[in-house]
Amino acid sequence: MTTLTDTPEIVGRGNREGADLFRDWFTDLNETAKSGNTAAYVFVMGSINEILKTFDFPVTFPEINSLQTAVRRVAHEYLEEAEDYGYSPDICGYVKADVGTQLRGGEHPMAQIPKPGLTVLTNACNTYIKWAEIWERMYGTPMFTIDIPGTRQEGLITLPGEHDFEGDRTYVETQLKELITLCEEVSGTKFDIDKFREVLGYANTMSASWERILDLNAARPSLFNALTDGTIYLGVANGLRGTREGAEYFERLVEEMEYKAANGIGQAIEERYRLVFVGVPCYPIFRRFNELFTDWGGTFVNSTYLWFASGGTNRGFQYDLDNPLTSLAEGILINVRDAMDSMFHQNRAIADMAENFDIDGIIYHPIKSCRTVSTGLADGRKHMTEQFGIPSLFIESDMMDRRVVSEAQMKNRIDAFFEGLASRERQALAGQKG
Amino acid sequence: MTPTTMTPAATTLAATRVFPEWRDKPLDDALGECRDMVESAEFETVQRWRDQGGKVAGHFQVYFPEEIIHATGMLPFKVRGAPLEPTRSDSHFGSYLCSILKTSLELALTNTVEMEMFVSHPICDAARNLAAIWGRNTDYPAQILYLPQNPNSAGSVDYLTHEYDRVKRLAEEVSGVTITDDDLRASIVVFNENRRLLRELYDIKRTTPWLVAAEDAYALVALAGMIPREEHNELLATLLPQIKERSLKKEDRIRVVFEGGFCEQPPFDLIRMLGRTCYVVDDDLLIGLRYITEDVPIEGDPLRQLAESYIDRSSYSPVQHDLRKPKEDMLKARIAGAQADAAILAAAKMCEPGLEEQVTYTHTLDEDEFAYFVSEFEETMSSFDQLELQLETFAENLLFA
Repeated sequence: MTTLTDTPEIVGRGNREGADLFRDWFTDLNETAKSGNTAAYVFVMGSINEILKTFDFPVTFPEINSLQTAVRRVAHEYLEEAEDYGYSPDICGYVKADVGTQLRGGEHPMAQIPKPGLTVLTNACNTYIKWAEIWERMYGTPMFTIDIPGTRQEGLITLPGEHDFEGDRTYVETQLKELITLCEEVSGTKFDIDKFREVLGYANTMSASWERILDLNAARPSLFNALTDGTIYLGVANGLRGTREGAEYFERLVEEMEYKAANGIGQAIEERYRLVFVGVPCYPIFRRFNELFTDWGGTFVNSTYLWFASGGTNRGFQYDLDNPLTSLAEGILINVRDAMDSMFHQNRAIADMAENFDIDGIIYHPIKSCRTVSTGLADGRKHMTEQFGIPSLFIESDMMDRRVVSEAQMKNRIDAFFEGLASRERQALAGQKG
Repeated sequence: MTPTTMTPAATTLAATRVFPEWRDKPLDDALGECRDMVESAEFETVQRWRDQGGKVAGHFQVYFPEEIIHATGMLPFKVRGAPLEPTRSDSHFGSYLCSILKTSLELALTNTVEMEMFVSHPICDAARNLAAIWGRNTDYPAQILYLPQNPNSAGSVDYLTHEYDRVKRLAEEVSGVTITDDDLRASIVVFNENRRLLRELYDIKRTTPWLVAAEDAYALVALAGMIPREEHNELLATLLPQIKERSLKKEDRIRVVFEGGFCEQPPFDLIRMLGRTCYVVDDDLLIGLRYITEDVPIEGDPLRQLAESYIDRSSYSPVQHDLRKPKEDMLKARIAGAQADAAILAAAKMCEPGLEEQVTYTHTLDEDEFAYFVSEFEETMSSFDQLELQLETFAENLLFA
């Protein structure tokens, strides 16, 4: 196997360039804040960057800001500040870290975060709505909810042209037009349809590339770690969606992954167990959390996180530039609905991964902070096991709050899981010989 | 337009009665029967309905257009949790979740309440998952009714009309009954009468709260979700005049608004305890049953009228964002309308929207220097001594300040 130490510059390029772009994005936000300007506050599941970038709004993702406080091990300071303000220990840690950031006037370990000038959200997560209400009250910020009707019943997915789909699409399109009007008012700029097409074109490139990258990771050995590397790619996929830089980054990332696939270059460790991750990463001990798996040769080949936290752009949906607004409505509906499905009906996503990625185990990581992602996981796992019999591990902790993260207990359970996998392997081998 | 045509199924429904215990009894005894029926975790009225050949459509908190189900001849049953241990459903959920999810699913897993369809709503992140979980564990349709989260959009009424039509098609399929606009209008008439009677009950609470105990008023409302609405109308039409004629004397108690009962319900004993300490002059308990605040017009397209009523003539809760209805302003209006002395700001444990709204409410009332009492509850809690002591102290502070 080829390893990172003896490979050309292209290998690992996506991580390096992704980190650079991510830093540059925060540098720009810092300059925006320092100059007294505002940013559009948006969320990962349906940022509607396609419209916001047409108006050149700087965008910030409070979810990403919050998780960065956890990765940088200062989240507890922000959480405590929000709890002192009145927020319960039992609500979303992302919300509280952001409240802490706002109470500190935007002070954040990566940058000064600008105040919101406009909030755009979808209903993909109900907490988005409660969260945006906080800024609405703090700053009087205009708040626009793009309401995206989701799948009504598992397996009943409506398609373009069908009566019920078209009812939903019309509703989304009406709201997008209203959002454009609001953006014109806030920015003082007229909507430019040609620029809109250009932005959609960049978004198309990113979506197609993202789909390709995820598919390529079916290679054996897998090309990137869906938990760690994947989070870097997600940062760019969200922050730079609809930009030239973002599109070029993803084209180069496809090039890297194709190169790795063609040359059998895998991750930095020898891949022994191919895993799927379901839930949200444990950011308070992000690196260590990953090591608890990689120490056993476990690699994450895919995750529901890469699906829903990219707002469903993993589907590779391509906007029709000849009919841009209607197509955007259709794409947003399909993508965000799919993102919701990969949380509420996650077994479909996992079954898809099981079929195409030759996996050895499923890691469920429900978290205290997020009921959107976590509520259905215990039941989903029950049914997934009955249906497919794939070994799985269920560990609860949090994405933000280290008070809920017990590394020692986690390690015990993860070790036991891998010992079980190893035992199954031995039994299978013995069965073949016997 | 006068509703005339009714299907055989709807006619049968109108004639079915499942709660005879209260009839022909003195008021206190009748109210006792109502309390007993609501306190029971068995939901006997639903089984009685089924015993008479009826079908049941369960709908989770908060609001659901029950008229659509009613028109098909099925019983709309409000799924609002239950005072029981979720022995079987517990393993279907992780930690850190509210109780109502678990006890509601328990009713289905144990066949305590059998139904032909179930509908949940995108009221919160947990409830949105519930339909999927329900569907994986039952053999009947379990769906989400996507009530609009952008009621301020010009497209929201059209969208909701379409969505109600989708639910109507599902209900027709499940019930085997095709319904007409006139069937829907007939149901709207029944529910308009019910809304009028519930408004009358709340008028009594606001104006003469000593005439109806908090737990009695609660029981009278809760029954709406578990018996045919015609029967509920008979119940209220019979008991409300008797309540008004009571010769009970006003006592020296503070007047409070209880906020935080829009989804998971506080235990019945907690409501009883509140009633012992204060006059609960308004609340959001089971607000979904009272969500539409005016009559739904019966002219024109009935589904559109229902949709417009939800968007334009409705109450508020922490799970609906509407730019026209900032929730802190709505709470202040509720307090002012009830001439309350204080507010009880409660939230169910692990209820994210409720807990988040609590922060706004406390900050708002702080600014107004208005008295409030903050509390968390869980439907399965059984000890209230400490809470009662705190509440009594709070009330005394106001009474003797």
